[in-house]
Amino acid sequence: MNNLLTRRKLITASAIGAGSLLSGCDSLSRSPAFQNILGSAENANFLVQRALGDRLELASEYSIKDLSPKFRANGTRDPGTADYTASAAQGFADWQLRLTGLFGKPQNFSLAALLSMPQRTQITRHDCVEGWSAIGQWTGVPLKLLLDLAQLQDKAKFLVFHCADRLGGRPYYESIDLLDAFHPQTIMAHRLNGEAVPIENGAPLRLRVERQLGYKHAKYVTGIEAVATLDNIGSGKGGYWEDVANYEWYAGI
Amino acid sequence: MTDTPERKALRHRLTTRLWHWINALCLLVLLMSGLTIFNAHPRLYWGEYGANGDYAWAAVGSSQTLGYVRLGETKVETTGFIGNWRDSEGEIQTWAFPGWATIPSYYSLADGRRWHFFFAWIFSIGLAFFMIRSLFNRHVQNDLHINRSEWRPSHILRDIKNHLRLRFHDDGGVNIYNILQKLSYIGVIFILLPLMIFTGLAMSPAMDANWPWLTDIFGGRQSARSVHFIGMFLLVLFFIVHMITLLLAGPFKQTWAMITGGERKESGHE
Repeated sequence: MNNLLTRRKLITASAIGAGSLLSGCDSLSRSPAFQNILGSAENANFLVQRALGDRLELASEYSIKDLSPKFRANGTRDPGTADYTASAAQGFADWQLRLTGLFGKPQNFSLAALLSMPQRTQITRHDCVEGWSAIGQWTGVPLKLLLDLAQLQDKAKFLVFHCADRLGGRPYYESIDLLDAFHPQTIMAHRLNGEAVPIENGAPLRLRVERQLGYKHAKYVTGIEAVATLDNIGSGKGGYWEDVANYEWYAGI
Repeated sequence: MTDTPERKALRHRLTTRLWHWINALCLLVLLMSGLTIFNAHPRLYWGEYGANGDYAWAAVGSSQTLGYVRLGETKVETTGFIGNWRDSEGEIQTWAFPGWATIPSYYSLADGRRWHFFFAWIFSIGLAFFMIRSLFNRHVQNDLHINRSEWRPSHILRDIKNHLRLRFHDDGGVNIYNILQKLSYIGVIFILLPLMIFTGLAMSPAMDANWPWLTDIFGGRQSARSVHFIGMFLLVLFFIVHMITLLLAGPFKQTWAMITGGERKESGHE
């Protein structure tokens, strides 16, 4: 009898438990305080992943035979604005990359100017936060060269990448810290697999920041802003997806 | 039947019990939040790369009328469960795994990742702590170590037969685990659980820069993702067998023992 009661209680309790576990997790997911606790794992990931390697360790590079047959496009496939479409029609001849903010010599680079600079070509694996990967060959200007030309100031702690595309009415943007900014594989890419970057993959200029997930690789880049803090950009979390959907600013995993 | 009062050693040490329940909670959250992450791209590949245009060895198919799982060339319809299911409001959803199996129950890759990584840390630290502690308190050497006589095929065969006859024994009270238990616990604790951590890390682009060999061991990032998923499947399988043997061996007594420690000497079936 005693046993039966316990048994019945246990079954009832576990049924209630299973139900409340699910709704409990949902309300916890919606609680800002609990989000902060869960989000603390991001700091741990950031600190440990940065500590584990030489801080300028290169991401794996591959050979031509490893290329994905088709490099998948995701997110915005065409910004579709009047300005962008007009620029695309003339092969982005008028495209300007504006370096603003905490630079000693803020300046604009035309696509032609970027093409005349030293280039880096790398075959790397693009890892999307969704889980898929694509291997592509990217050619572009090492970001470090641009930062040196524009004389990045000591006060600057982050670079914000402003983009020509909008998602849900908000402009896309992303940001990285200086360790990634000066990383040898961090380039402003204008060629994919030997051809001009296709519109769906971010024409004419796309950031490659190889040790992070795909959403950090801003497409359609129009400007690089050097800032001391990310607080005043967008909603302050350092990127479009970070602002609208709790994605982590550090996307090393 | 005989209870020897002078032998009151606990069946499960405090470390084992604490870890067992923390680990159970972690694995449940990791499973369910992992399914949320899987829902973002319900396709599995071998090799370094793999995206929608590439061949997936396993994939979930979805439409407004049909859900199916494809393994190689074999399609199994799963309408109502995977790929096409109704949420609590009765609306048809076409995410791969249904809301009752995911954390959160609504689709949010960002939230699923937060849950997953937070509990991955607790799980990993807990596992490392348990492994080290179990070596120092000789849980591994005394209870999980398989001695030469247990490796004899006749012994293993006898234990398999005993299991098939649903006779679960504790080897006369000297060993608290029989050979099949030892093999499955060792396999899960020292192989499968670490494999989950390492295949998880192998999917990280930052870890690929830090430890490129890790991704290579598994044959590429997409292979690591597939192995991570298969490992999850094996853990679920372990859980099912764990529950069946628990039910057959006396669920209340066994569960109580894992909470309070129980007694080392089995007093037979109630």
